Amino acid sequence: MHILVCIKQVPDSAQIRVHPVTNTIMRQGVPTIINPYDLFALEEALRLRDNYGGEVTVLTMGPPMAEDALRKALGYGADRAVLLTDRYFAGSDTLATSYALSQAIAKVGETFGTPDIVFTGKQTIDGDTAQVGPGIAKRLDLIQLTYVAKIPSVDLDAREIKVERRCEGGAQMLKSRLPCLITMLEGTNEIRRGSLEDALYAARSQVLRWSAADAGIDDLTRCGLRGSPTVVKRVFAPTARAEKAALIETPERNLRDLADELIAAILTRGPALEQELAFNGGE
Amino acid sequence: MSSANREAPRPASGRAGTKKELPDHFKDYRHVWVFIELERGQVHPVSFELLGEGRKLADKLGVELAGIVLGPPGETTQSAVAEAFAYGADLVYNVEAPLLADYRNEPFTKAMTDLVDAHKPEILLLGATTLGRDLAGSVATTLKTGLTADCTELDVDTDGSLAATRPTFGGSLLCTIYTLNYRPQMATVRPRVMPMPQRMDKPVGRVIRHKLSVAEDDIVTKILGFLPDSQSGKANLAYADVVVAGGLGLGAAENLQLMKDLARAIGAEHGCSRPLVQKGWLSADRQIGQTGKTIRPKLYIAAGISGAIQHRVGVEGADLIVAINTDPNAPIFDFAHLGIITDAIRFLPALTEAFTRRLSPHSRDKLAN
Repeated sequence: MHILVCIKQVPDSAQIRVHPVTNTIMRQGVPTIINPYDLFALEEALRLRDNYGGEVTVLTMGPPMAEDALRKALGYGADRAVLLTDRYFAGSDTLATSYALSQAIAKVGETFGTPDIVFTGKQTIDGDTAQVGPGIAKRLDLIQLTYVAKIPSVDLDAREIKVERRCEGGAQMLKSRLPCLITMLEGTNEIRRGSLEDALYAARSQVLRWSAADAGIDDLTRCGLRGSPTVVKRVFAPTARAEKAALIETPERNLRDLADELIAAILTRGPALEQELAFNGGE
Repeated sequence: MSSANREAPRPASGRAGTKKELPDHFKDYRHVWVFIELERGQVHPVSFELLGEGRKLADKLGVELAGIVLGPPGETTQSAVAEAFAYGADLVYNVEAPLLADYRNEPFTKAMTDLVDAHKPEILLLGATTLGRDLAGSVATTLKTGLTADCTELDVDTDGSLAATRPTFGGSLLCTIYTLNYRPQMATVRPRVMPMPQRMDKPVGRVIRHKLSVAEDDIVTKILGFLPDSQSGKANLAYADVVVAGGLGLGAAENLQLMKDLARAIGAEHGCSRPLVQKGWLSADRQIGQTGKTIRPKLYIAAGISGAIQHRVGVEGADLIVAINTDPNAPIFDFAHLGIITDAIRFLPALTEAFTRRLSPHSRDKLAN
């Protein structure tokens, strides 16, 4: 079985700071990580490979430094890594990104065998759109299975797959067909610690570096800024509310009085709440 | 704004100034559409919130607002049609077919893209639910148009384009995104980000019915079953009227009980900030903020939460925000309405006790049982 996992290198958003005066992102020194949602996809792919045999290819699109993310994925146990990097991809929105990735996936298929399953994470932590997975599925005409929590079985001979898919208010049990694209739900597994062998393999392996031409992309108007129907017109910091919180004085007060005062203040601001709270409390 | 204004786009500044003329084949794309999310007999409330926003956009553009209702033949689908009118739609496009009974990507994408090709809307809005996100991505890629996810503000620019604003960089900044030369302009909005519009009783308006152009045999994915979430212990944070949440200021996982005790005493749902989910103290469905749930309660009490922007984005819609934190410089005091600078671990039991004293005797009796 050939499984392909799309990953993305993202800034560790927990460490992003906005400059207090200029309202611009302070990128310097922000470490990059593999998008955490992608690790659930990678682990699921590695488990399927371990159970059914075959190999796992990881693919990313990004600047040359994204090679670090791929090397890390090799260290977790992936077999092959492809970096799609070209200045023509700069400024891609989700439609242009899914175009470039789908072309590269097709090229991986020609070169190393068509993937039976393409995995992505549920979304990324920097864009949060959840659009690239469905975009790739549509372009490659793969069955789209999003928010998958579990893969109970894969039947390689019958080309069948069963998945449990999260939806509003519950889970759907679905039977579908290979090849398919799966976006993996978070919290469904835990990324393994790569073995020493994997670490050595990651250090020794060559990450394949593909330009747009290498990936077989001849229509550059569909890439990057030119291939992106959406345009970011403004970036700005959220405006703070003019009025700050009314603070209730705390020194030298016992907690009981303080609590009573807070409740009085709450009910002054929202008189209708008294009934709300009492009513709910009685339920 | 009259529709005549739209014919003369003004030059815009910045990157949007590079705008080309909208290609001829998109020029007859008109009207605002809202996808009405119907699942297992229920319309998701986000659809009504979107009709409220869609109404404003349609009025600014001087065009009509349409609801898109896809579902199985029968009562539930027709009541969803009636609800779409009650929340402001001028007309409804309706596709009824047995294979639209439960959501699957293939038939829903086909139904949507066929409708768009036939009737050409300029704006298409969907809820950013698991269903809406699954569908929106496929529809936008099929139509090769732009899609802006998780918008927090929608407006119409002077030239009639949709200005879709969303958080970026994990909520630290906002950006406004345009889909300049493609139609429809698509956007998703998360539940509770927009206010619920007033429901009006009015007669059912114009309904335009379409047939589904695929049959069950054409659909690869089959539904084997559905496992509903057990109702007990499942959070319904997004639509709760009163919410109590805890953050790192609670110090230890066992102190979450203090926050839960308060929630129970006042009939609130409880939640937490992102770091607590990352620590495994509470499950992900309890997370409040940009990457968790957006809430819009009448009262929100945040205990030991510092108020990072990513949390703020999820709670700003609350009518009354009360913050309890030891740090007077915590950002939460910038957007809370009421604040107490004190240790939540010590204060929460006192507050729970004080609320219990104030509740009606009837409620107290029930609580004691």
